[in-house]
Amino acid sequence: MIAPLLVQFAQMLLVLALAPLLTGLVRKVKARLQRRVGPPLVQPYRDLRRLMGKDAVMAENASWLFRVAPYTIFACTWVAAALVPTFATGLMFSWTGDLIVVAALLGTARFALSLAALDIGTAFGGIGASREAMIASLAEPATILIVFCVALIAGSTQLSNIADHMLNAHVGLRVSLALALVALIVVTLTENARIPVDNPATHLELTMVHEAMVLEYSGRHLAMIELSVSLKLLVYISIVACIFFPVGLAGAGAGPLAMAVGAAVYPIKLAIGGVLLGIFEMSIAKMRVFRLPNFVGAALMLGLLGVLLLFVSRGM
Amino acid sequence: MIAIVPGCIAILVALGVAGAILARAPVGRWIVYGGCLLVGSTSLVAGLIAIGGPTEHLVLPLGVPWIGMHLRLDSLSGFFLALLGLGAAGASLFAIGYGRHDQEPQRILPFYPLFLAGMHLVLLADDTFTFLFAWEFMSATSWALVVAQHKDEGNAHAAFVYLVMAVFSGLAMLLAFGMLAGAAGAYTFDAMRAAHPTAGVVAAAFAFALIGAGSKAGLVPLHVWLPLAHPAAPSPVSALMSGVMTKIAIYGFVRVVFDLLGGVPWWAATIVAILGGIGAVLGVLHATMERDLKRLLAYSTVENIGIVFVGLGLAMAFQANGFPTGAALALTAALFHALNHTLFKSLLFFGAGAVLHATGTRDIENLGGLIKRMPVTAATVLVGCFAISALPPMNGFASEWLIFQAILLRPELPQWGLKLAIPADGALLALAAALAAACFVRAFGIAFLGRPRTPAAEQAHETDIWSRAAMGIFAGLCLLTGLFPGAIIDLLAPVAQAMTGARMPVQTGDPWLTTVPVASSRSSYNGLLLFLFVAASGGLAAMVVRRVGSAVLRRVPPWDCGFPDPSPMTQYTAASMGQPIERVYGTAIFRARSTVDMPAPGDMRPARLTRTRSDPVWDAVYAPLGRCVTFVSSHLNVLQFLTIRRYLGFVFGALIVLLAALALWQ
Repeated sequence: MIAPLLVQFAQMLLVLALAPLLTGLVRKVKARLQRRVGPPLVQPYRDLRRLMGKDAVMAENASWLFRVAPYTIFACTWVAAALVPTFATGLMFSWTGDLIVVAALLGTARFALSLAALDIGTAFGGIGASREAMIASLAEPATILIVFCVALIAGSTQLSNIADHMLNAHVGLRVSLALALVALIVVTLTENARIPVDNPATHLELTMVHEAMVLEYSGRHLAMIELSVSLKLLVYISIVACIFFPVGLAGAGAGPLAMAVGAAVYPIKLAIGGVLLGIFEMSIAKMRVFRLPNFVGAALMLGLLGVLLLFVSRGM
Repeated sequence: MIAIVPGCIAILVALGVAGAILARAPVGRWIVYGGCLLVGSTSLVAGLIAIGGPTEHLVLPLGVPWIGMHLRLDSLSGFFLALLGLGAAGASLFAIGYGRHDQEPQRILPFYPLFLAGMHLVLLADDTFTFLFAWEFMSATSWALVVAQHKDEGNAHAAFVYLVMAVFSGLAMLLAFGMLAGAAGAYTFDAMRAAHPTAGVVAAAFAFALIGAGSKAGLVPLHVWLPLAHPAAPSPVSALMSGVMTKIAIYGFVRVVFDLLGGVPWWAATIVAILGGIGAVLGVLHATMERDLKRLLAYSTVENIGIVFVGLGLAMAFQANGFPTGAALALTAALFHALNHTLFKSLLFFGAGAVLHATGTRDIENLGGLIKRMPVTAATVLVGCFAISALPPMNGFASEWLIFQAILLRPELPQWGLKLAIPADGALLALAAALAAACFVRAFGIAFLGRPRTPAAEQAHETDIWSRAAMGIFAGLCLLTGLFPGAIIDLLAPVAQAMTGARMPVQTGDPWLTTVPVASSRSSYNGLLLFLFVAASGGLAAMVVRRVGSAVLRRVPPWDCGFPDPSPMTQYTAASMGQPIERVYGTAIFRARSTVDMPAPGDMRPARLTRTRSDPVWDAVYAPLGRCVTFVSSHLNVLQFLTIRRYLGFVFGALIVLLAALALWQ
């Protein structure tokens, strides 16, 4: 009873501790590719500490929703991160929700953020929220279809079982899995507001989506949102790693040694994901807002194609 | 137990009479709505008991003399009776406070209890005559309520369209029962259950039942009346029509297809599943572009009815393939979603009514900032928005999650139609869920958040205590059914057992009350733990941040990137909020266009932005049909001006034709 509980808490603390580092790594890679030195890897931690220490400055007409939203967003993202196997499958509370629940929890966080963006009644909040709604209306169904794809192969929507299946059963190369992987990468870029969908570094108001929504936030509230953004990136990279590259994951009821191996492999996977993300972001330009439906819609169609293939033939 | 329900109906009829007599007295409102509240609560309890209880019969010496009135209360009617009682009790509680503002109570009070009585009788009917009488009675009384505020613009047209569709629906149901009655002309449902109809009869009865019940429920393409009629009625009645009456129609469909027919072929399941999926997406897309709050909710009803029909279609598909446990899962999910829709749609219509009364407008473009002036309404409506957007841990998510599980259950069904329809349904449902979230961010964000856009919104006031109580109770129920979905699944087990011959695994015995639809290796969901985790981590984060960092909060003017504009006109509007989605989906589906009329320099007239969009279903089905009716009637018009000799000639001709047909037949 106690040991699984400790492992579960270890996972929650691990994701929380690694998330800002991952963001720092992506920024560092992008800076190096631009021939800049870039901020140190630990800069996101410093930013968070600084933001938390500052007074929160809030608009006069903000309602209670504006104050509650950052903690809601953070809590939903953190719980979603706790449900994704990072170094071990079959954690104590992994049956609380499956992959659909993880996607929906991130949807709850997005819902809260969009409402908070509209709370002050400025044009920037509105522009961010309306674009986010448009993008999410394509990215969320794409996520669900990717889940369907993977679940039909593994016979389960439970992430732990999917990872075990991918690790142990002889899945082999499948067309539908390849489609799902491509779609999931597009969704990852979209959901995390990365180039080509959105630019996390921009402060040119008219081009941004996510940054426009959090424009009115400051101090500890902004810190919570920044931390949630880092966590969300980590969640998505962890999902990709757990489904498609489950190497090193400790199985259910594994011993401390397997756990240690898993805990050692997991940061390496994250680092590879972060570096690839940085390289990808530097090699592509940001898209116009109304070209995004084609980009994200492609993920939706790939997911649908994968599911259709699986319905037609289990072997695809 | 069954004797209670006719008693309830009798009391409702008496309340209708009392409402007609006491309409103008203030006490009339108390008697009618208070009485309906008590009757609704009784029906709720009776229904809950009847779900698990034995099937009961009752024959009353009413109606057609030599037939009598056959009534029956089984688990299926019990579930819908509980749903009706719940919706009726909530709407009546809301109406006790809200009814004070009715301009012409004499147009509402007599019909409100009668409407409830009609819906009660539909659920109990066990013979064709009683069913059709109750069905038409429900339509007629609800029509009277739709036309109650007949002076408002558009309401008369809405009532006319509603009447046409209601007559059409009644006719289709009549034909469905005519098919089921067979050559022997069986009136009672028991005789229909015992009969073994041929494949052709099954197909025809299914088609008529789908048209009849579908048009009452708002299934695409038979939904056009719904967004007109539901908003036209007073808000508690809107809640009843959207939240409850559409479910009575679903009851009719389930009763005919699962009970009287006892299963239909796979192609029928494909049609239902595809129509449901298309309806879900079309409905929510309409809602996303709508600016009338109540019409937005009505379109969202079209969406949710679509979701329920997807579940029913899956259940029919599994049943046609001899897979009862799958059918039980899909049917349970569909009925669970029907219940959830009753809860959150009633709540949202109450909220819309409160907003309408507080500001005098249903147009969200004229609202804004209501969260400060109507805190209780805003908080409860927010709960409803979370629930209807299928976000965990609310109830809407639990039922949609179950439908997703049903979609994933058996990909190896043999028929190609289903192989393509089921994954397409999955995509359509996922799209509908995401668009619903966008729709309700927009609805809540524009109406309740931001700055007030008009003086009316600025001077809004919180609604009365009765309305707040009704909204609070329904918001609580939305959360509770989301946290304990296992309890609802177990509650529905006898219904699934009766309709499909199987049931879902017992849920309440699972550790931590986890929901496990098939097997724990397949999928599980625990709303309660999830909610506790989110609440605990949010609370923990807030505590730690305040301890470690600064706890000071300073209030300043909005930042707005350095250029704050004091005018609320600079806010995003509902139209601008919906524009990206309209542009992505609407240009193809709704032929949405916006044209800018920019005057030349020096010209004094204002620039104009004109936006148009059209309903594809209306353009493709109803407009040609309307033109056809006009064409035929204008050409048959000459028949009205003939001499008596010619009319007699027509009668003679008709007789000859019929006799000839009879001779050829034999």
